[in-house]
Amino acid sequence: MGDHKHIVVYGEIIEGQLGAMTKELLGGGRGLADVLGEDLVAVFIGDGIGETAREAYAFGADRVYAMDIPGAYEANLYAGGLANILEHEQPRYFLFGHDDQGADLGPALAFKLNVAAATDCVELSVEEGTKRLLVTKPVYGALVMAKFSTDDLPQIVTVRPKSMIAPDPVDRTGEVRSLDAGSTALNGRVKVLEKIVEESEGIKLEDAELIVSGGRGIGDAEGFKKLAEVARELKGAMGASRVACDNEWVPATIQVGITGKIVAPRIYIAVGISGASQHMSGCSRSKTIIAINKDPRAAIFKQAQYGVVGDWKIVLPVLMDKLKALD
Amino acid sequence: MNIIVCVKQIADPEAPEESFTLDSEKNVFIPSAKITKVLNPFDEQAVEAALRIKDQSGAKVTAFSLGAGLDRAVTKKPVFMGADELILLEDEAFADGDSWSTARALAEGIKKNGSYDLILCGRQAADWNAGQVGLGIANFLGLPYVTVAKKIEIIDGKARVERVTSNGHEVVEVQLPAVITVSNELGQARYPAIKNIRAANKVQPVVWKPSDIGIDPSSVGKNGRRLHLLKLFKPVIQGTCEIMEGESTEEMAENLALTLRRAKIL
Repeated sequence: MGDHKHIVVYGEIIEGQLGAMTKELLGGGRGLADVLGEDLVAVFIGDGIGETAREAYAFGADRVYAMDIPGAYEANLYAGGLANILEHEQPRYFLFGHDDQGADLGPALAFKLNVAAATDCVELSVEEGTKRLLVTKPVYGALVMAKFSTDDLPQIVTVRPKSMIAPDPVDRTGEVRSLDAGSTALNGRVKVLEKIVEESEGIKLEDAELIVSGGRGIGDAEGFKKLAEVARELKGAMGASRVACDNEWVPATIQVGITGKIVAPRIYIAVGISGASQHMSGCSRSKTIIAINKDPRAAIFKQAQYGVVGDWKIVLPVLMDKLKALD
Repeated sequence: MNIIVCVKQIADPEAPEESFTLDSEKNVFIPSAKITKVLNPFDEQAVEAALRIKDQSGAKVTAFSLGAGLDRAVTKKPVFMGADELILLEDEAFADGDSWSTARALAEGIKKNGSYDLILCGRQAADWNAGQVGLGIANFLGLPYVTVAKKIEIIDGKARVERVTSNGHEVVEVQLPAVITVSNELGQARYPAIKNIRAANKVQPVVWKPSDIGIDPSSVGKNGRRLHLLKLFKPVIQGTCEIMEGESTEEMAENLALTLRRAKIL
């Protein structure tokens, strides 16, 4: 096992551009590669992606591979394809984003290679001497953090969005090596028939600078309409806690939290949200958290910088009017 | 149609933080005796997904659970909901496993049980949050998989799955047998029905130890772990909240506007 070297990052191209998660992985991976004095490698799978994949050099990659697989992402096919990279690289660490694709592919590849995977990690560091990767992740609904490692190589890890810093691109490029997809026994047993976008219009939650998010305290779908108006006026996006989504007051695509979206806006306004750790884990990297809640003991006030103890139905309109008056 | 559902018992994830004690010497997070054991909510939704298929077109639903000292009342919940059989991989040796050792043991148990068309798991467990066991079972049994399902329909020997994605969903068709993991978007799981109770009371769980499924006890549970827990610790929560003052809610709201404007936040 002594021959494992370098760090491989699974890259994604989204709407013709290098994905935000991919840039974050390249940033985090570059740091680890520098500690080890080893290379950072990016591998992409998709349909005619060579040129865009090349951009990974600008974000810190030392080598870039692309595998042409036509059609939509399908986990079984991609995991089979990814295993072929091992004919070219025997990585020490293999990093994925913990998102639609990575959370699917990372563990699947690990089982295929007969090694352990650690998922949804927020912190990565190299253990001195052993060069093992130490990973930290929230567990028990983010009430506690757990630090793990493994003696298996490669170490496969999925990284939570927004937990690594995407570097600024530099003027650097190189060749994109093509990889053969090969074929596995599972090819053809799964077919993606349709991809349906349910996302509401306007600013994407993940990209928003300001998020107005509502929870159980909003009470119903009608209440969320008022919240959406406030979000629009503040030029932000609307988010929600899982309770609000499970009650179908709002679509599941705007859920913030461990099983929803991980966000880190400049301003996060939590309205009628109790602040359960599962939710906070999805927004705790926001720069400023503002809480509006009737219950003075709500956990949200432990993590917010500004708070109002009161009924949001009164607070929000007054807040908006006053802000306008101050303009 | 034979459906297997894998369910995990966990300490109630809705229990307040104060009901857990962190022992950082032994690296364990211990729920107080008052905290009840429940089925992992995502697994309960996997049971619901199986029962919806059973309601629609008929199926035999077998629930699998793995652990040590399982709470018998909790293990029976899938049966009270409408599952037909219950198999427990239960032994001290199964305790404290990781995704790898758990998936391996479940796969062996499922093989021993015989024929299967569909294997369902929750998308992840609310305690360790790994989301790997379903993928592991698929790998060990050589089956295709689809994760994070919110709807499953069986059509001509295939499952048509709506898979939740970050911006909507995708419709995926998978040949059976296959492994599918289920997400909360599936909707509320049913409550145990009175009409099931008499039949369910007759169902006796089958209990298998590692030797019964042909695995050495040294490769399950804690001993079979590949991912080693080095440290458990409380996250640092910073935040000194400035609570707005005022005689009335309106005044507090105005003060919030003034404060945020002064701090150049809004």
